[in-house]
Amino acid sequence: MLGRTANGVYWMARYLERAENTARLLDAGFRMALTRDAATSQDEWRSLIATVGQTAAFEAVHGSDYAGDKVWNFLLRGPGNPGSVLAMIEAARTNARAVRTAITREVWEAINEGWMQLGDVLARPVREPALGEVLGAVRRHMTLVRGSMDGTMLRNEIHNFTRIGTFIERGDNTARILDMKYYVLLPSLAWVGSSLDNVQWESVLRSVSGERAYRWLNAGAMDPRGIASFLILDQRFPRSLAFCLEKLRSNLRWLAHEYGQETSAHEQLRGLGTRFHDIGIEQVFETGLHEFIAEFIACNQQVALAVEQDYRFYA
Amino acid sequence: MTHSPSSYDEMLTADGAVRPAYSGYREWFDAQDRSALRRKGQEAESFFRKTGITFNVYGDDAGEERLIPFDMVPRIITANEWRRLSKGIEQRVRALNAFLHDIYHRQEIVRAGRVPQRLIAENATFLPQMVGMVPPGGVYTHIVGIDLVRTGPDEFMVLEDNARTPSGVSYMLENRETMMAMFPELFTRVPVRPVQDYPRRLAKSLAACAPDCAGERPVVAVLTPGIYNSAYFEHAFLADQMGAELVEGSDLRVIDGRVAMRTTRGYTPIDVIYRRVDDEFLDPLSFNPASVLGVPGIMDVYRAGRITIANAPGTGIADDKAIYSFMPEIVEFYTGEKPILQNVPTWRCSEADSLAYVLDNLADLVVKEVHGSGGYGMLIGPTSSKKEITAFAAKLRARPANYIAQPTLALSTVPIFAKAGLAPRHVDLRPFVLVSPKGIDITPGGLTRVALKQGSLVVNSSQGGGTKDTWVLED
Repeated sequence: MLGRTANGVYWMARYLERAENTARLLDAGFRMALTRDAATSQDEWRSLIATVGQTAAFEAVHGSDYAGDKVWNFLLRGPGNPGSVLAMIEAARTNARAVRTAITREVWEAINEGWMQLGDVLARPVREPALGEVLGAVRRHMTLVRGSMDGTMLRNEIHNFTRIGTFIERGDNTARILDMKYYVLLPSLAWVGSSLDNVQWESVLRSVSGERAYRWLNAGAMDPRGIASFLILDQRFPRSLAFCLEKLRSNLRWLAHEYGQETSAHEQLRGLGTRFHDIGIEQVFETGLHEFIAEFIACNQQVALAVEQDYRFYA
Repeated sequence: MTHSPSSYDEMLTADGAVRPAYSGYREWFDAQDRSALRRKGQEAESFFRKTGITFNVYGDDAGEERLIPFDMVPRIITANEWRRLSKGIEQRVRALNAFLHDIYHRQEIVRAGRVPQRLIAENATFLPQMVGMVPPGGVYTHIVGIDLVRTGPDEFMVLEDNARTPSGVSYMLENRETMMAMFPELFTRVPVRPVQDYPRRLAKSLAACAPDCAGERPVVAVLTPGIYNSAYFEHAFLADQMGAELVEGSDLRVIDGRVAMRTTRGYTPIDVIYRRVDDEFLDPLSFNPASVLGVPGIMDVYRAGRITIANAPGTGIADDKAIYSFMPEIVEFYTGEKPILQNVPTWRCSEADSLAYVLDNLADLVVKEVHGSGGYGMLIGPTSSKKEITAFAAKLRARPANYIAQPTLALSTVPIFAKAGLAPRHVDLRPFVLVSPKGIDITPGGLTRVALKQGSLVVNSSQGGGTKDTWVLED
């Protein structure tokens, strides 16, 4: 396949994943804000903007007014935000259009329809009563795309590059959420078990749609170590770092087998893998939760760059 | 101009009887519920949007994707009519290829005094780089679209030859898909010849033109200017249907005397390029040095016989409207036969007598630029104001050789499904022709373009035209 095509499906997948994750994050932020007073909820919204790395862009438009409706509209539709859900769906669709010969008709139609319908939904500012419905629509459309990929695409190199894009992005997103919220997961003598903690922890889980899975696995008991372990190390949870890592591993292994050789991306990934080898959550806290996450983000990024280069994404 | 009663209607005779070609269809149509049909029409539109069958518009709304309106009443051609048409098309396409070979070699036709030297030597679309070289397989125009208009029961005339890069074939295919999806029962009642194997035939025809260095299964790629090109949908569609790679200039490079594409495993040579990029942009080393759409050095590879470019560079000269006016002579010169398909009578404004006649009769004529296409830069006398005609006359006097003129023809009509029911509208027809050393292959059907406005003669999609499915009936 063409390097440019690999680049196209990879970025198509990354944008779709990021758009969906932004919707999840907003959903959690919105929930959180509902249970807070105005000042505290502005703090929540501020940290949400920081999580997606849009602080400067947001403040260029709204200053330091982190009112909820400003934040969700900024993240959903801009203006002034190239990373808005709307802009990302547009970018995903542009990439899909450029690689139409590489994706199935079903995948193209799912993306194109999502772009048309979300474009309509996000044509005007979203008001509070409609927010839940809009976020649901974003997730639903992304689910349709994922389903059509799963059900119709050949399991060939095209599919592998799509998956690599998905898991690079997902790992990065989960890590960013953890990085922004790591302090609520740190052991603290004063607040242990307070209801405030419970709300915070639940919010972290909710941003990756993991609250029910976590409760199911832990019979309802909330504790920060358990949550950190779940999001970082639990290979059963499809948004954990370990899960994303394992998926990257198998997709890159497939490429190495198919192409008859490994590349520097495999080397980079092994480097990332050793950090997860045989460790428990205790070691993660010993290293320092923040340091561990920051290192993950940096290594994940290295793997991404190596893939782009090794597989000739650009001329 | 309004719909004149002298236009030939393809469905109905002058006294309102249904012609045999349409009898099966009409019987079905009359049994349909009108509002249900209307709903189907809306479904078709949302189907096109969903699948992304759009074209991009240049100009004011640059980059915007638009739909070409689709009309659900098919245009029907009988087996007999098609047989005659095919013969004429084949003859014309043979002559076009022979003509192109000749003007890039001995120019016998010029020596024989049948076509003036100046029309070739001074023509911007004539490429000196092609002189003396023979394309792989000896084919110049691998894919041709012949634009036809109908003026009577047995009168089809050629309006234009598209030997450079005819577009629209994806609409021929998608219109059929749409009709079959909307009205499957129609196809069991009326025996229509299939068009759906066009991509397979195209792939086969292109592979048959591969250069000697190609392997047993030649590698074919479609070269597109990219997603902002007006016909990008078609480029992607054809590549997809052929199972060929869709490449852009930036994917290609000349390596070891071959044109190669950058894959995830490194550079792989390709054998045949179906290019949808104009000559001028094909090779910055040979033509426009600013082009980023082409491949530096591809013309050297081409001259060395190690890549097939379809259509060959320099074929655009056959689309020239001044050359067109010589087509009857051209056909006779190379085939030794009388042309089966007639030209529309054409005045060359480069000739003093003709110019004088044209200037005197502008109000009744259609005047076109010799290099123009897409319905731009033309004058339709009968629908133009006095002021427009005066302004155009000034342009015409300034550069007469830049124009030809034709009578406004009474184009045939086929009904569309309008708000008030069936209503006649003017149509043209573009059949698609494939040429390889193995022969000339004409797909039974084509693109029917229809002027949606009552009385209008302009069928171009850029000017408010629509399309119809085109049926050629089985014997």
